Amino acid sequence: MKFVEDLKADVTSDIVYMMCPMHLLKLEENMRELDDGQILEIMTDYDGALEDIPGWCAKTGNEFLGIKETEDFYKFYIRKSGSTRPEKVRK
Amino acid sequence: MRKCYFDHVATNPLDSRVLDEMMPYFKEEFGNPLSMYELGSKAKEAIDNARGQVASLIGSKASEIVFTASGAEANNFALRGIALARQNEGKHLIVSRMEHHSILNAARFLEKSGFAVTYLPVDKHGFVDPDTVKKSITKDTTLISVTHASSEVGTIEPIKEIAAIAREKKIIFHTDAVATAGNIPINIKELGVDLLSMAGHQFYGPKGAGALYIREGLRIVPLIYGGIQENGRRAGTENVPAIVGMGRAAELAREEMGSRAEHVRRLRDKLINGISNVEKIHLTGHLQYRLPGHASFCVEFIEGEAMLLLLAAKGVYAASGSACSSKALKSSPVLLAMGIPSSLAQGSIVFSLGKDNSEEDTEYLLAEFPQVIKRLREISPYGKGWGIKGEGGECIVQK
Repeated sequence: MKFVEDLKADVTSDIVYMMCPMHLLKLEENMRELDDGQILEIMTDYDGALEDIPGWCAKTGNEFLGIKETEDFYKFYIRKSGSTRPEKVRK
Repeated sequence: MRKCYFDHVATNPLDSRVLDEMMPYFKEEFGNPLSMYELGSKAKEAIDNARGQVASLIGSKASEIVFTASGAEANNFALRGIALARQNEGKHLIVSRMEHHSILNAARFLEKSGFAVTYLPVDKHGFVDPDTVKKSITKDTTLISVTHASSEVGTIEPIKEIAAIAREKKIIFHTDAVATAGNIPINIKELGVDLLSMAGHQFYGPKGAGALYIREGLRIVPLIYGGIQENGRRAGTENVPAIVGMGRAAELAREEMGSRAEHVRRLRDKLINGISNVEKIHLTGHLQYRLPGHASFCVEFIEGEAMLLLLAAKGVYAASGSACSSKALKSSPVLLAMGIPSSLAQGSIVFSLGKDNSEEDTEYLLAEFPQVIKRLREISPYGKGWGIKGEGGECIVQK
């Protein structure tokens, strides 16, 4: 895992205490709003995100910049450089 | 026999205009809001519309409304969700003694889980003193919850003042507005609260739908885990007809609030004036700062349950304390907290009026109620008094 310090994000999404699959839904939703080159910061305490978010980036061609750990949650940084998956409804 | 429903704090009848709005979602529009085909998207649109209607009732953003199954769930969600979310900052909560059991019991649960809870005293009218709130705050306090109004005595609390104290100390503030939302004007920004609970059936909506307002940006631990409903904050397939009904009821309440309040306030004042003429009967709560349709009393020498039974036999439906406390056959903790002696608290009775009550209803009650009291006092062992002074038999009512 790549760790980063003091990255300035263009948009922050706080989903601490929300469980799977909210991290993926919010990621997709927020990325749709960003322009190419902008950075999204997602704050989550869901451990599964450590695998899911880099995996999502690899699949969609967006750049996973790394994470920063705080005492209670993680901060994930993603630069928009690819697509987001087509809108899809999940149950 | 005439039927007079004076128990609107227990629940309201469903407005027929609300039922009309709900009906398609029981039948042809039965889809799951998460389904991707048209049935699903129509149900989702209906929920989004209801969210906007409820938000308009309290002046919030639609995204700040989370639907629940009841007011009690909203209260549990607020208390447990915020306490857990902020436990690293402190484990002290403050709630008042006027609260509904859904706050008090959630607080007791948290106490057992290692939190400290301060239960705020109230004065003889049931008011929480903002200064007492201020003095109860410690460096570990993370949440304060005070009801907007008590459904048992109708007292409307100084929420704006208490919320300002909480905000100054950076403490989250929740209010249980189940008795007030849809009945008196609420503006979230003016009140200054961070969370607020509501229940649709308290303003002519259906049972099975409640809501919690959660200020934007506030972290909260969900009460129910599962799917992504309510933006991941409250899992479970939505009760679409009930949510649609709550939305429509909120819209009607907003439009008609002024005329409804004026109507029930007039009937309430007539009831209070008429019943106060009966001997040895005491109004509970405050005469001025009370819910517009709420008239509550303690009647000396007889029990609330007996009054309810005889009134019901005459077609009059009322309550003795809260709907939950009545079943437990014990003195209301709210009345005891107000300093009302246990013996007198047993004689509690609550008449709560609604938009469909008429002048004739109140006249019927004013004619029948004194007869019920007279008959019960004739057969009561305490009919002539509580007993010997100094031996715990006297009844002292604070004036």
